[in-house]
Amino acid sequence: MIRRILTRLATSVLVLWGAVTVSFTALHLTPGNVVDVLIGSNIVTPEVRAQIIRDYGLDEPLLTQYATYLGRVLRGDLGQSYQLHESVATAIGAQIGPSLQLAGASLLVAIVVSTTLAILTARRKPWIRGLSSSLELIGVSIPTFWTAILLLTVFSFQLGWFPAVGAEGLAGLVLPVIAVALPITTMLTQMMREGLELTLEQPFVLTARTRGMSDLGVRLRHALRHVLIPTVTLIGWLVGLTVGAMVAVEQIFSRQGIGQLTLAAVGGKDLPVVMGVVLLTAVLYVVVNIVIDLLYLLIDPRLRSAS
Amino acid sequence: MSAPVVEVTDLHVSFPAVEAVRGVSLAVYPGECVAIVGESGSGKSVTARTLLGLTGEEATVTAGRLAIEGVDAASFSERQWRSIRGRRVGYVLQDALVSLDSLRPVGKEIAETLKLHRAVPRHEIPRKVIDLLTEVGVPEPEARARQYPHELSGGLRQRALIASAIACGPKLLIADEPTTALDVTVQAQILRLLAERKRAGQALLLISHDLAVVAKLADRILVMKDGVVVEDGTASQVLGAPEHPYTKALLAAIPEPSTRAPRAGEVVIRADGLVKTFGKRTAVDDVSFELRAGQTLGVVGESGSGKTTTARLVLGLLQPDRGSVEIDGLPWTGLSRERQRELRRHIQVIYQDPLSSFDPRFSVRRILDEALEVGGEPRKTRLKRAVELLEQVGLDDSVLERRPLKLSGGQRQRVAIARALAPRPRVIVCDEPVSALDVSIQAQVLDLLVGLQAELGVAYLFISHHLGVVHHVSDHVLVLKDGQVVESGAANQVLTAPSAAYTQELLAAVPRLDTNVSLARRAS
Amino acid sequence: MRVRAGFTLASVVLALITLAALAPGLLTGSTPDAADALAALQGPSADHWLGTDANGRDLFTRIVYGAAPSLLAGLGATALAVVVGTALGLLAALGGRAVDEIVMRLVEIVLSLPTLLLALLVITVTGPGTVNVIFAIALYTAPSYARLVRAQTMVIRKAGFVEAATSLGLSRGRIITRHVLPNAFEPLVVLATIEVGTALVAAASLSYLGLGPQPPAPEWGAMLSAGRDYFSVAWWIAIFPGVAITLTVLSITVVGRHLQRRIS
Repeated sequence: MIRRILTRLATSVLVLWGAVTVSFTALHLTPGNVVDVLIGSNIVTPEVRAQIIRDYGLDEPLLTQYATYLGRVLRGDLGQSYQLHESVATAIGAQIGPSLQLAGASLLVAIVVSTTLAILTARRKPWIRGLSSSLELIGVSIPTFWTAILLLTVFSFQLGWFPAVGAEGLAGLVLPVIAVALPITTMLTQMMREGLELTLEQPFVLTARTRGMSDLGVRLRHALRHVLIPTVTLIGWLVGLTVGAMVAVEQIFSRQGIGQLTLAAVGGKDLPVVMGVVLLTAVLYVVVNIVIDLLYLLIDPRLRSAS
Repeated sequence: MSAPVVEVTDLHVSFPAVEAVRGVSLAVYPGECVAIVGESGSGKSVTARTLLGLTGEEATVTAGRLAIEGVDAASFSERQWRSIRGRRVGYVLQDALVSLDSLRPVGKEIAETLKLHRAVPRHEIPRKVIDLLTEVGVPEPEARARQYPHELSGGLRQRALIASAIACGPKLLIADEPTTALDVTVQAQILRLLAERKRAGQALLLISHDLAVVAKLADRILVMKDGVVVEDGTASQVLGAPEHPYTKALLAAIPEPSTRAPRAGEVVIRADGLVKTFGKRTAVDDVSFELRAGQTLGVVGESGSGKTTTARLVLGLLQPDRGSVEIDGLPWTGLSRERQRELRRHIQVIYQDPLSSFDPRFSVRRILDEALEVGGEPRKTRLKRAVELLEQVGLDDSVLERRPLKLSGGQRQRVAIARALAPRPRVIVCDEPVSALDVSIQAQVLDLLVGLQAELGVAYLFISHHLGVVHHVSDHVLVLKDGQVVESGAANQVLTAPSAAYTQELLAAVPRLDTNVSLARRAS
Repeated sequence: MRVRAGFTLASVVLALITLAALAPGLLTGSTPDAADALAALQGPSADHWLGTDANGRDLFTRIVYGAAPSLLAGLGATALAVVVGTALGLLAALGGRAVDEIVMRLVEIVLSLPTLLLALLVITVTGPGTVNVIFAIALYTAPSYARLVRAQTMVIRKAGFVEAATSLGLSRGRIITRHVLPNAFEPLVVLATIEVGTALVAAASLSYLGLGPQPPAPEWGAMLSAGRDYFSVAWWIAIFPGVAITLTVLSITVVGRHLQRRIS
């Protein structure tokens, strides 16, 4: 148990360090003078140039530059965006709220819908499963950005049910959430249903039935918990997918958020912002994985007792 | 006599692909044990599940009469069946490790039956769970109730499973292979527990593949084959004077002690002071033995006794911490990987689960071809040799292009034997080679092994938990417990007049047919 | 029965798309860049089956010509990822403990970054373009293949039939080439088939974001991107390129899963 936690912590540190290194490498792999890369397409005064050289230690050997960069990131300094004329941390802080809202709502919807669907369709009549798996097949095949375009075209432009652009509040959240949640829901449903079907074949399920438990009772009280481990694992992986999906969805619905920020930064070659977002997502990964490890222990007593 | 707890006449159960049960009739009275015996696919478990309405949506069930405690159950709705399950009829499956929910404490599993039927007021449930655990002989019931199945021993788990089945005091208890996954001493304890229930007036329906297991307990025995009851009578009738050829075949399939005299060959394997530890656990602790050409050394022991580790040490798949193995007087342990590989063809192996020992992409022909290649058979004659080998193990060339997945269990084990014979080994290590097979197939495979030994003079190191099987094939026996040899010697000596207390305990626990039954069998 | 029908349909769709990619001239008489300002933003008609875009270019023709770059991105990225991933996976599984640790930590670091984000980072560095998109997608998918190959190899090395082959006296090298690798590759091939679809979607997404082939190249994602301002007045611009992408991916998935079922 303790060993498991230590391994997780060590891996977390390693992942964060790796992400910093990837950023640093990206900075130096980009063709051109590092100062020019950092300022992107902006024009700055010689004083600012000198400041950048001092900040990044660019007149020092590469290894010292690396150490300087690492030290700054450790202190929480993600650098300055010369296009936005503000610090990267401020830029990210201003945009993170709407993104968290969209991501959280999408994951929640996906989890609730897929759990319900999986419980209702696992080991049912062939046509129910057939219909469900056909829909899932389509769900995983549609590109998220096109789902967003379709929803926008149909429900905003044609039917006018939802606002087309940038609306705040619940009404503005509905279509983006559907677009982001659709692929996650289908993947989760698929995995949970397959997991449930395997579990429902297990002898302990028969035992529960012989005690007089109803079919639904067995699914909810016994079987569901057995598919939680793979489900939690998959959700952890899907968090990354969600972050990616939000880039296009935010752009299509003209929503504020990290995705828009990133996209603008990529287009304008604003490398400090892109590097900042990369580090942010590495932190997200670490946090999500620690939560997942704790959930494993909560779900399965066998993992608790294994030292 | 009182009314039957359950009564079924002319039961038919069919699934879309097969009619699993055809015309079965049975009745179980209070304090009586009825056993249904049959091999896999005989329809015995389907029959039992019909009494709970749990045959599944695909099944069509018809019966002349289906009554539980006198109530006609033939047209029960799902809701009515649910009120029967657990309350009127209890059900115990084999292997509590998978038959209890691994993610819940066993106390909760037992309480579930009580809660579902509101058998006792809610606040009394914890007390009742403890009482039930005590009743089935679980020591320290308070602590055990909070533990998870994986934290309990096999015997305690099985008792907890029984406790959950009898929680609401059902008149009928169905036990479907209740001891199959258990060690023989634990099996004896569970059978004793079931016998106590019977004495207390419980009606018992016992489902098993093993006539010897039911012999002690059953008042009536039904023998099923392909969905039909081929024989139905009192236990002494069925075991002592069987009428149907299938029953006779089943009885004949129970391995008998061999009476052959050991032939004296040269020593092919000498193991000397083998020790192997895994972490803190000593799996094999100072094990020594000799195996001579043309002879069989049986290694018996319960799970965790170190039998399989011993086999792997002998096969050179593990290196011992101390001690050594010689083959044909040549050192075998501690050789370089290269040198060891050259000698490997002299010592082959047959596993319990032959399927996993075959590359899933390989056909029987390729499996044998590879083994013959190792044995130095020239490419030109390999196909001919492969067919010869198949004939030797009782198969023909029609299986050559098949994959093992498409073969029956018995056929797979025959292919595994053919593969082991291909490089013309001096020794074959047989690791539980028949324990996954049906009784009648088991007997055939054992006879094949014995016959091949007589023909080819190959030596067997025969690992098994089944004393009857070991006694049937072995010249010498090694009894292992916790990695140590507790007794060794000539098979007849050790297995009929053991000197070690543990061996005596093991033998006492083996379910066996009465002497008169054995005599009757011998006469037939 | 239904499964068979789905598989047949998917195979036909894939055949048509492959034909479009290899010989677009057989399916359409027009060229993708033939603009006709007078016919701009026309809905589907007998002349223009799927309508026209803002420059009056025939949408059907552009979709047919778009098959080649779209398929190429999916296939190219997958092929590159499989080669690199397999090499890394085998290295980790067979190269000893230290190598395994290093490779798998690297893999974990790459996998910790959301896929699209890593691609964005790569493209910020390299600039937009088809080749760069392929490279970016391969970079973040390769670790998954490495993981699969490693896991498969490890599992199979402990499988009963490998032990049986060892007992038989086969050499280590022969066991690896004859038993371990073929069994490890079977699921890899199936996964790769299905993942061609995923890679294709990823490439189309990047193109849509303006980071792939640049206009006026007839790539499906880029076509949607170019039509963005006209979705409210010309729905066909929003619909048909997306249908092309989805149908392709769907067909690839159906065929891939069919293979998967046949193997297991």
